[in-house]
Formats: sequence, C-alpha cells, structure tokens
Amino acid sequence: MNVVAPFEGIGASVRRKEDLRFLSGRGHYTDDINRPGQAHAYILRSPHAHAAINAIETAAAQAMPGVVAIFTGADLAAIGGLPCGWQIHNKDGSPMAEPKHPVLAEGKVRHVGDPVAVVIAETRQQARDAAEAIAVDYTPLPAVATMQAALAPGAAQMHEAAPGNLCYDWHIGDKAVLDAAFAKAHKVVTFETTNNRLVPNAMEPRAAVGDFDPQSGDYTLYTTSQNPHVIRLLMGAFVLNIPESKLRVVAPDVGGGFGSKIYHYAEEAIVTWAAGRVKRPVKWTADRTESFMSDAHGRDHVSKAELAVDKDGKILGLKVHTYANMGAYLSTFAPCVPTYLYATLLAGVYTTPVIYAEVKAVFTNTVPVDAYRGAGRPEATYLLERLMDVAAAEIGMDRVEFRRKNFIPVDAFPYQTPVALQYDSGNYFATLDAALEAADWKGFEARRAAAKAKGKLRGIGISTYLEACGIAPSAVVGSLGARAGLYEVGTIRVHPTGSVTVLTGTHSHGQGHETTLAQLVADRLGVPIANVDIVHGDTAKVPFGMGTYGSRSLAVGGSAMFKAMDKIIAKGKRIAAHLMEASVEDVEFDRGTFRVAGTDKTKTLTDISLAAYVPHNYPIEEIEPGLEETAFYDPKNFTYPGGCHIAEVEIDTETGKVSMVNFTAVDDVGRVINPMIVEGQVQGGVAQGIGQALLESAVYDADGQLISGSMMDYTMPRADDLAPVSVATHTTLCTHNPLGVKGCGEVGAIGSPPAVINAVVDALKEYGVKHIEMPATPAKIWNIINGGRKAA
Amino acid sequence: MPQVTLTVNGTKHTVEVEARTLLVELLREQLRLTGTHVGCDTSQCGACVVHMGGDSIKACTILAVQCEGADVTTIEGLAKADGTLHPMQEAFREYHALQCGFCTPGMVMSAIDLVNKHPNGLTEQEIREGLEGNICRCTGYHNIVKAIAAAADVMQGRRSELARAAE
Repeated sequence: MNVVAPFEGIGASVRRKEDLRFLSGRGHYTDDINRPGQAHAYILRSPHAHAAINAIETAAAQAMPGVVAIFTGADLAAIGGLPCGWQIHNKDGSPMAEPKHPVLAEGKVRHVGDPVAVVIAETRQQARDAAEAIAVDYTPLPAVATMQAALAPGAAQMHEAAPGNLCYDWHIGDKAVLDAAFAKAHKVVTFETTNNRLVPNAMEPRAAVGDFDPQSGDYTLYTTSQNPHVIRLLMGAFVLNIPESKLRVVAPDVGGGFGSKIYHYAEEAIVTWAAGRVKRPVKWTADRTESFMSDAHGRDHVSKAELAVDKDGKILGLKVHTYANMGAYLSTFAPCVPTYLYATLLAGVYTTPVIYAEVKAVFTNTVPVDAYRGAGRPEATYLLERLMDVAAAEIGMDRVEFRRKNFIPVDAFPYQTPVALQYDSGNYFATLDAALEAADWKGFEARRAAAKAKGKLRGIGISTYLEACGIAPSAVVGSLGARAGLYEVGTIRVHPTGSVTVLTGTHSHGQGHETTLAQLVADRLGVPIANVDIVHGDTAKVPFGMGTYGSRSLAVGGSAMFKAMDKIIAKGKRIAAHLMEASVEDVEFDRGTFRVAGTDKTKTLTDISLAAYVPHNYPIEEIEPGLEETAFYDPKNFTYPGGCHIAEVEIDTETGKVSMVNFTAVDDVGRVINPMIVEGQVQGGVAQGIGQALLESAVYDADGQLISGSMMDYTMPRADDLAPVSVATHTTLCTHNPLGVKGCGEVGAIGSPPAVINAVVDALKEYGVKHIEMPATPAKIWNIINGGRKAA
Repeated sequence: MPQVTLTVNGTKHTVEVEARTLLVELLREQLRLTGTHVGCDTSQCGACVVHMGGDSIKACTILAVQCEGADVTTIEGLAKADGTLHPMQEAFREYHALQCGFCTPGMVMSAIDLVNKHPNGLTEQEIREGLEGNICRCTGYHNIVKAIAAAADVMQGRRSELARAAE
C-alpha cells in the first residue's frame, strides 16, 4: 500500500503543534513557575509623576508578618542602571543625552509607577500589606506631562544629564537639496498630526522569578521575555555584573509581547539580585495596574510634514519634523524607534527623490516609550498615508491615481531610497490592484448611497504601505548606534534514529514557531513535523540568540536554520558517499534521501544519522561522529514587506460611533510557510491597528497621572468592535535570504491605521472634514456632525 | 483560617484559605491548576473564566469562601479522561483561534457557556457580543468567532461547516 503522508512543508496550513498544551491548560507561563522555598516580591511604586524622595521609613513594614527583607535604592546603589541598547547622535555629532535609569529610584521619582522599594515576604499578600506600611517622604515637583510642557522655557528639569529635557536632536537627509526641490514645487501640502500613545497590553502581565544556588553561585531568571539571551547580556554585564556562565535566563511560554517584552526591566534585576541576597527564590508578578504604569508604552509622536508636488501630481520632496516622546527614562531600544525605524521609512512605496527629516526626542514625566508592534514604521506609514490623501484632495487628484503615479516601478528594484534603505523587491501595483478588486472599490459609491438612505455615513480608505523588518545587518546597525549585533543562531540536532531537535535563538510568544520552524525542517530534511521539536527561550539550552521582534524570526532565525541544514546535508553527503562507496560529488539529497546520482543506490537521513552516532563503518579519520550543526546568520539587508489595506466604515450619525464594515488586506510578505498562521498574524495586527485608529489612547493629565490606567479606562478592542478581515497575499520573494521570506508579524499594525482614518475622513467629507486625530472616538465625530456644538 | 470545601474537575478538595483569597488564587496557588489565568485586576479580561454549577464566572471576582459546596470546572477538566478534546477545544485548534494561548482557557470556557445558553445556535453578531467579557490581544477575534460557530454546530448536533466541506 502506498501511504502518502500529508504535506507538511513550505506552504502547508499545518495546524499548530503548540495548541494542545494551551487548549488543555498545560501552558507553562512564568507565573505558573513556583520554586521550592520561594518568597514573593511586591514593588512599591511612585504615586507622583515627579518628586524628590527625602526619606523612606521601612521599620514598621519590616516588622509586619512574613516580611523577609525590604530593599530601596540605597541598597542597590552599587549595581548599574538599566542600560540603553542604542546610541543616537545629534545633528552636531555629539551623543544623545543618556541619563541613568536606576533599578530602584535614587533620590527622585520621574513617573507614576517608578519603582521605589521592594518588599520580599513569604506570600504575595504579605508583601503587599507590608508595602502599605512603608512611609516615603516625597516633595512633589512640577511635572512635565507632555512634550510641549517639557520643551517650554522654564520647564521643570527631569535629569541633570539632559538639559532642556532633550534627549537628542537628530536629522537625516540633505536639507539644501530639499529646499531646492521645494523651490520648484507647484504646490506644497502641509499636514500636522499626533500619533497617539498606546499601551501594548499583552494579555499576560509581566512576571519574573529569580533563583540563586549558593553552592554553585549560579543565578537563574525566569522571565516574560521575547529575548532571553539579550536579557542575560544586558542584566549580567551592565546591571548585576554576573558572568554569562553563571546566569541562566529562561523565557518559557510567553503570553504575547508585541514589543513590550523585549526590554530589560527593573523587576528582572530586582528579583535576580534579591534572590542572591535572601538566598531564596523570589517571584514577582505584575497586576494589570502595574503593567499600565511600568510596561513600555508605544508611539507618541507629534509631527509636521510638508509634501512638494509638481503640476502633474509627481512628488518632488518630503520634509518632516517630529517630536518623539521618550518618557521618563530611555527604555532599551527607545532611541532607535523614532529615527532609524521611522525616518528611514518615509519614502514608503513612492519615488520621492529627496527627503529631509528632523526628530527631537524629549523626556517627560511619563512611562518610558519604546517599540510596540511595528515600532516607528506605523508612525511613518500613518504620517505618509494620511498625507497622501490630504495632498490628493488639495491638488484635486484621485487618491488612488495619485498613489499609483508615484509608486516605485516594478522594474526599479533594487531601489535606493533617499533615506538610506535599499528595497530588494516588491510590486506595489499588484497588491493595490488585488486589494481594489477584493474590496470592490468600484462598487463603493453604490454602497455609500445605500447607507445614506439608511441614515448612515459610509466611507472607504486606502493605505499603500511598506515596512522594513528582518532586523538587521549587524555592521549597518552598528554604524547607526546599535550596541548589539542582530544576527540569529540556529542549531539542527539530528538524533541517532532520525528525529530532530532545533535550537533557535528566536522566541515564540504567539507566532507559532514550534510549527512554522518545524515545517522548514520537514520541507528540507523530509522529517515529519511530529518528529521535529523546536527549543527556544532558554540560555542554558540554546547556544545564543537575539530573540523575536521586528518580524525577524523567519527571515533571520529561519535563515540561520537553513544554513545549519546546509551543513547537515553537506556532512550527510560525505557520510553517505562513504556508505555507498561513491564520490561525494555524485551524492544528491532531496527531502530525507541521499542518492548516488543516476543510480538507485539510496540512504535515508536515518541511515546516515545512525552511522554518524554508531560509527562502526565510518571514515572516522576524515569526519567527526555526530550529526549536529550550528549556524549564525547575519542578514545582508532588511526585508521589505508591503501591500495595500482598504478599510470600509459606517458612522452612526446619532452617536458618532464608527463601525468597521469591512477590511481588506493584500500583503506581500515574501514566501509564505504556513498560510493559516500568516493570515492569523495579519488579522491580529490589523485588530491592533484598528484599536489605535478608533479606540486606544494612553491619556495623562497635566500633573502626569495616567488617566487611562486600567482595562476599564483604556479601550481594548473587543470582538464586537471588529469586523471580519479579508486577508490575501501576493508574493515577491526576498532576494537576499535563502528562504525568500520577508516577515508578517507587523504588517497588520503598520498598514491599517491610516486606511481606517482615511475611511473615516471619507465618510465625513460632506462635513468639510480634512482630518481627524486618532483615536476617532464617537465624541469627536459626534461633535463634527453636530457642527462643533457640545452635547446638551 | 477559614476552610472551604469544593469540587474541582470532579475531585473534592478541602482547603484553608485567607478570607480575602479569590477563587482564582485558590485554583492557581493552592490546587496548582495554572490553566486558569489572571490577565487584569478589574474583571475586564476574562482570562480567569471557569464554570461553577455550569455557569461561566470570572474566578477573580468571587472569594474562595463563597465557593463552599460549589462544583467548579476549569480548562484542565474539559477533555475526556482518554484525552479526547471538547469540541470547543478542537474547534479552536482547527480554526487557529489562539496564538499566545494566554486568554485561551477563559475564552474557551466562556464560549462553551455561550453556546450552552443558546440551544438554537448563534449568529456571528451574537457570538461577538457574547465575548464582550473576554479580551484577546493576538487574534483580532475573527478566528475565535469562526471556531465558536463551528463548535456550536458540533455541540448541538447540526452538520458543521467542516462536515459539509468534507462531504
């Protein structure tokens, strides 16, 4: 009988291997970990946005039941501050202001939620009770809650090392060339906007368990991280001075990240250090309120853009000025987000010949801001794709034709933009046409009229976007200020009887790597995915790695695996040549079978692995036993996914509420390994983008209190806020990685917000609306519909 | 300390708790049933949903001492002893209705109750509104809605979309 195994390789929508444990309650998240003898930490946080600490009185708390120890900034004075992983230089070449980010506050607090003291107790409740008995004597200081307030003359100064609350004043592009282009413009279109501050809100709150073995002096940190090796490096080398060999970092199942779990956080250092001090494991788990005031926030730009256009609608130049909020301290990768992940994307999918952008990064008395799904690229895309609509309207051109007229031609790749990046491949016409067709763009006016007849305002909006991901060539990012390499590591371990263990430096926290990466092995080595195990998230098991962010896992991590499989196949061919008494040049390999070319002599991968581990008949002088290979892969370029998103909305004129009617995404993410997972990634990203456009906003009052500090106040998208998302892909292959993949994790969040706002503005065009700021809440829209009158 | 006796997934437990202990803390920390999750502190997210006496409840919003004599089912108690998944679990896997898995236990428990309370089936809009108390940050809900519709067909003996597609 000829049994055909189901195809599990590249292109198959294989159901996920990880799902069974998640669906049966057997996931293994950090808060599920309990170590023998474990104590619990509670972190006392500042209620003030800006205050001097005069004294911290802990004696009463120390006497409370169950208290093991209490530590304040004074106890941690000998350890380092939390390091920043990227240094930006000012226009004049001087380095950015980089004030210390203490693990526990030293003399001053700078945002609501800034950690002040930690109580270690037998139970979490006892630690919390004792924290309430700590008396902190604060002198409140004037707070700067907005960038405008922080930059105002006479503003309260947050850091001695950052005069004027300025982190950096950076630019890219040639201003003289830009000015010349603008001088020739038929029209200059100006657009100003705020990109709203978001709270990532992964459903799993952050948690950390520190463990210390007094016998060996070894530390272990279990943490909710997207990149355990990076945490080991940052915390070991810069904060606690623990050598890598004595520090293991484990990131087990992680319940969503979206960027917020990239960074090295104070609590990780606190529990690790405290475990060494109290000689017991120490566990900390955030409650959601703490997440709101201690997880890095996202976005928060204020920008002005000017677009120079000739009389035919061809773009001549783009000038952008942006203020970017850093919050109170520099989070791990914060400085690169509004610079190299933002301004370099301002060409988008267009042939804009000259671009000049300047960015001022500002400290404020708010939670630090860092990368959130898309990181810089959504901000650039939103600015550009809103500007395209505003400009088309001003010059009286159809918004689709205006875009098409300025697209980078299909035959122009590789395409060098004026802002550093070189795109390797893409076809923006194809994704546009496919999306217009799928969304029935032509039939829209009939739907608008039908909605109008029911008293509803209907609008349609488009966004043709591009992003740079697959982060990133180490030498390039190093020259731009990164303090790390951004290669990835993969080990392929073929066991004696042919099953495979993959060790990857990337980390899965929802992306489904245990399935997708296994499919790469199935496709190439012919091993069923049931026999392929993906190991990630443990520095004691995986040789090294830089983790998962910037849609890099497949493009960089998958490519490292591909290289390691090259080595497995090369070694396997040498062993097979010996066993089949052939020349190695004559041995071919295809999905698990080694064959002497032109003969029926074959050996399976299992024959070879068995020979490699039981080397009786084996060329032991020439080839080492074993079948395990590791590869480091450093990407040659970023990858450039792009596509077209179309949103269709309907507005209830009575309430101002926007309903999503339809959303169409046609994305070019390169080669698709698992279509089901890609579709899920796009849908999830689009949901976050719709959340930004319509619902979400982190709101501070003038004193720096976070008003939207809980899930009752911060509007998370729920099932009835969203509509079905139609997802399609149109592939052009990445030309510089062996898999041809580009990445799909962020496209949804990058392409969608301007499509939604363009649709809302379109729906409201009869009211003369040219722009509406995100989130487009019912209150804002009701006020527009009612001519700015306030509700009675 | 107060004592509470309750049945969880068919097993009777008598546990000493602090008066302020929440049911979810009893489940996670004392019974080590860590499938039930805590995602917020304002009863918004639904990661902690379990069944009590057949109704879905948020285990973060009830004190353990209120559960005297209660019959509680958690995500760990859904599959049959031989490992056969509940149709809702099966549908979530088939329709890729989970990504990070953190909201999943609560989502599945809510979904089962939602279907049970609508013996004649649900529209897409009813499913979306029925999930008001559960937040997912990964999926955009699209596949969750599809999975619940498919599971409802199986649970209520209708020919499912899947079955129709296979024919």
